[in-house]
Amino acid sequence: MSLTYHLQVVNLLAALLLLISFAMLSQRRIVGLVTLFAWQGAALSLSTAIVAWSTDQHHLYYSAALTLALKVIAMPWFFYRLVKKLDVDRDVEPMINIPTTMLIGIALVIFSFNLALPISELSGTVMRSTLGIAMACVLLAFLMMITRRNAIPQVIGFLAMENGLFFAATSATYGMPLVVELGVALDVLIGVFVLGIFFFQIRETFDSLDLKHMEKLKER
Amino acid sequence: MTAGILLQIAQTLLAILLAPLLLGWVNQCRAWLQGRGAPPITQPYRSIRKLFHKDAVIAHNASPLFRFAPYMIFACMALAAGIVPMIVNDLPFSPAADAIALVGVFALARVFLALAAMDIGTSFGTLGARREMLVAFLAEPALLMVFFTASLISQSTELPHIVETLAHSEFAIYPSLAFAAVAFWMISVAENARIPVDNPTTHLELTMIHEAMILEYSARHLALIEWAVALKLFTYSALGIALFLPWGIAAAGDWGALPLAVLALFAKMAGGGFLLAFMEAISAKLRLFRVPEYLGTAFLLAVLGMLIHFLLEV
Amino acid sequence: MEIYWLLGIPLLGGIVLAFWGNSRSAPEVNALFSFLTLLAAAWLTARIVADGPMLTGGEGWFFIDSFNVFLVALTAFVAFTTSLFSRPYMRIEEEHGRLNAKRLRLYHSSYQIFIGAMLLALTTNNMGILWVSMEAATLATVLLVSLYRTPAALEAAWKYFILCGVGIALALFGTILLYFAAEKILGSGGTALLWTHLNGVKAELEPTVLQLAFVFLLVGYGTKVGLAPLHSWLPDAHAEGPTPVSAVLSGLLLNVALYAVMRSKVLVDGALGNEVDNSMAGNLMMGFGLFSVVLAAFLIKRQTDVKRMFAYSSIEHMGLITFAFGMGGPVANFAGLLHMTMHSLTKSAIFFAVGHATQSAGTQMMDGIRGLIKTNPTIGWGLMLGTVAILGVPPFGVFASEFLIITTAMHEHPWATPFLLIALGVAFASIFGKVQPMVFGETPLAKLPYQPALTPVFIHLGLVLMLGLFIPPYLAMWYRQAAALLGG
Repeated sequence: MSLTYHLQVVNLLAALLLLISFAMLSQRRIVGLVTLFAWQGAALSLSTAIVAWSTDQHHLYYSAALTLALKVIAMPWFFYRLVKKLDVDRDVEPMINIPTTMLIGIALVIFSFNLALPISELSGTVMRSTLGIAMACVLLAFLMMITRRNAIPQVIGFLAMENGLFFAATSATYGMPLVVELGVALDVLIGVFVLGIFFFQIRETFDSLDLKHMEKLKER
Repeated sequence: MTAGILLQIAQTLLAILLAPLLLGWVNQCRAWLQGRGAPPITQPYRSIRKLFHKDAVIAHNASPLFRFAPYMIFACMALAAGIVPMIVNDLPFSPAADAIALVGVFALARVFLALAAMDIGTSFGTLGARREMLVAFLAEPALLMVFFTASLISQSTELPHIVETLAHSEFAIYPSLAFAAVAFWMISVAENARIPVDNPTTHLELTMIHEAMILEYSARHLALIEWAVALKLFTYSALGIALFLPWGIAAAGDWGALPLAVLALFAKMAGGGFLLAFMEAISAKLRLFRVPEYLGTAFLLAVLGMLIHFLLEV
Repeated sequence: MEIYWLLGIPLLGGIVLAFWGNSRSAPEVNALFSFLTLLAAAWLTARIVADGPMLTGGEGWFFIDSFNVFLVALTAFVAFTTSLFSRPYMRIEEEHGRLNAKRLRLYHSSYQIFIGAMLLALTTNNMGILWVSMEAATLATVLLVSLYRTPAALEAAWKYFILCGVGIALALFGTILLYFAAEKILGSGGTALLWTHLNGVKAELEPTVLQLAFVFLLVGYGTKVGLAPLHSWLPDAHAEGPTPVSAVLSGLLLNVALYAVMRSKVLVDGALGNEVDNSMAGNLMMGFGLFSVVLAAFLIKRQTDVKRMFAYSSIEHMGLITFAFGMGGPVANFAGLLHMTMHSLTKSAIFFAVGHATQSAGTQMMDGIRGLIKTNPTIGWGLMLGTVAILGVPPFGVFASEFLIITTAMHEHPWATPFLLIALGVAFASIFGKVQPMVFGETPLAKLPYQPALTPVFIHLGLVLMLGLFIPPYLAMWYRQAAALLGG
């Protein structure tokens, strides 16, 4: 191990991100899921800040601050309120039982590590080895979206996917150009806002956020 | 060489003698945290002594195995305590078994306990044995994974090597070890029949695992088993320290570091015991059918640790 | 300068209508803004035709060449005619009590923002901004799809959001990989994602990374194009949203998404230029396209809801266009562009007619719509002609483009022709068989009391007919230029 200490910390945070992704997969309660999501954002923001500091890439500070403001403070707060207002916090059994989901998760992690290997060899950044973890986070969030029937966990899965993508951008290329990053953040923010409205519509119409009410439209 | 053997004997004896103290310390911490009057820290010694003074009652249909099992279990634990580096690294006895064989030693003790539990033929004994085997069958692969992760870093399954690599080389952060440590904690809790997997103080038929197996024992047999349980907890703690927090363990032949090593061991054990009590105080016992999920998580963490090792640390 | 007008007008419209969208005159204001956008688009088009490709704004944030200016003009035009159609249509919906003033305000505001986002996606030079505006276009339409607040509409909108959200997230990953490859050569910073810069150095880009990036981009944007097997949001969103929204989704959004795929394809083709097998992008597109055509054609047969049926027809045609672009080469690209135009015009015309038909019959089920020719000849003829046009009956332009695509396929990829022909045949038989009784069947309903505003339908169909008979030389040249830009 010839890496400097702050990069080791970044590696540790990357590992933490992966761990949180798994924790999200196994979390049954929505409030717990929101908390985990906030932690994931915090780990992402911290690691971005450390990379910014150690490589002197100033635009990454903005990216870190943006993540902190949006994904650690604003969105979890919004979701907490939503859960409280809609009163939907109870245990929900996912469609596939949790140990099986975990095993699929491990398979996905191995797959993404393999996929990332050739790319990270080409990369010149100091934290290229974390690209595999970022991809694994994306795929795990994807898996979560598939296995959940409740609307809020699906959206959190979507946002966790976005987290993974941001992490991928940081680890492969020290982040996207600032204007793109701002645009993405804006889109995510609007998206969450639109969804807030949408949740109330769903709730008003179905009296629940369980998506099993929403399986009428099948391919015929 | 002689000094080494002496040290080996001293360390093993120390473990055997101090083990009930750790149990007493955990019980005391738990009592504090739960806001009730704490039993004295020497309580486990007293109960063991009391049990030794009693007359043994043994079911008339008990086979020799039933009498023999407590000695076997105690011997296994004492052997394990001799292998794990606690104060001094690389003692003469250490090469006798590596991390994988250690798992085997624990398994041997478990097999005897389970057989003895079924020996009398009471329903509780069988039930306990069955549950114990369920826990063991899930915990063992996870434990092996933890050892593999630790040995991947030091390129050896020998415990002295692992300790040496971590304790006496340049400090580095290993994310994989962090995962393995959490997994090891979870497994230890399960293996030592603590909350949230089992409750050592309950005799409720719906939940008990370990206690169900030793219901038929009394007097010196029970004392030995209780002592072995304490020793198991002590050995697992020492193992955790050796794998993940080895700083302070004296290198072989370094006499000057000995007092410090003993102090460090005491401090770490006290800290670990307090943490265990704290975790027990804040968590509730899992329903039995959630236990596979709990141990599955431990396994997952261990596997993740290994994968992360390959990705980040090669 | 024109470009700022083009993007500013819809944005301003969105803001203005967010405040006054519920007033009585909002539909007219909506149409006015759309008309101004069309004027700006015409101005821009004129500039491009006169001066050639244009790189403008800061370090070249906007890039307009003959490929995207053609789509800009098409988008602005269909957006304008749709706003004309929606004016009376949404009023009637309000009278029927399916909508209220508040929702109309949301509708008008989102409509303008949606158009603005699409125009931004078309004109931006930055692959990152392209992604951002595609996402913005999705978000603007989610609430439009759920406008009626019926359970089915909410379900459709949810599916739309989640599927396209996932798709677009994959596209973001593709964009990250693209940036990753570009950064090596162009250095880091905002300019590394500019398409013109990338296009300049495309031969030096790392082929393995670009291949992977293209797979993600194709799957990501392909979800929005409605390529099978990622199409399942499309019929739902088209069927459950208000008809003007179906018209712009089908006529415009799918095109814009395909545009994004094409821009990426040019890059990956360039990067693979030196490899032995350099048609990986084209093969992928052909595969997805062909699968979509065949699957959609057979699913059309089973539809009972008229809007769903035409939504599947959109999947079929987008598949055909993707297939054409996948084949590459000047003829196929030309045919693909032509078919894009024809499909946009025809499909939006059909949705206009269908909108009025379902409104007068009070149902979207085809069994419930009968004898349109008797209740209102204008709607009846509009629907019939539109259907005939989309099915590729000779005098209409769709015939010309489909003919070109199929002959090229016969020439270059003969194995694909039977699939295409069978699929088109199945689609023809099922759509025609279903529309015919809707138009000519017996009906108990009396004549409609009001005259529906179907001028846009006939304008569109007139254009399609004209392009089928005769493509003006300057237009043909324009298409040829655009086709050449797309390369082989």
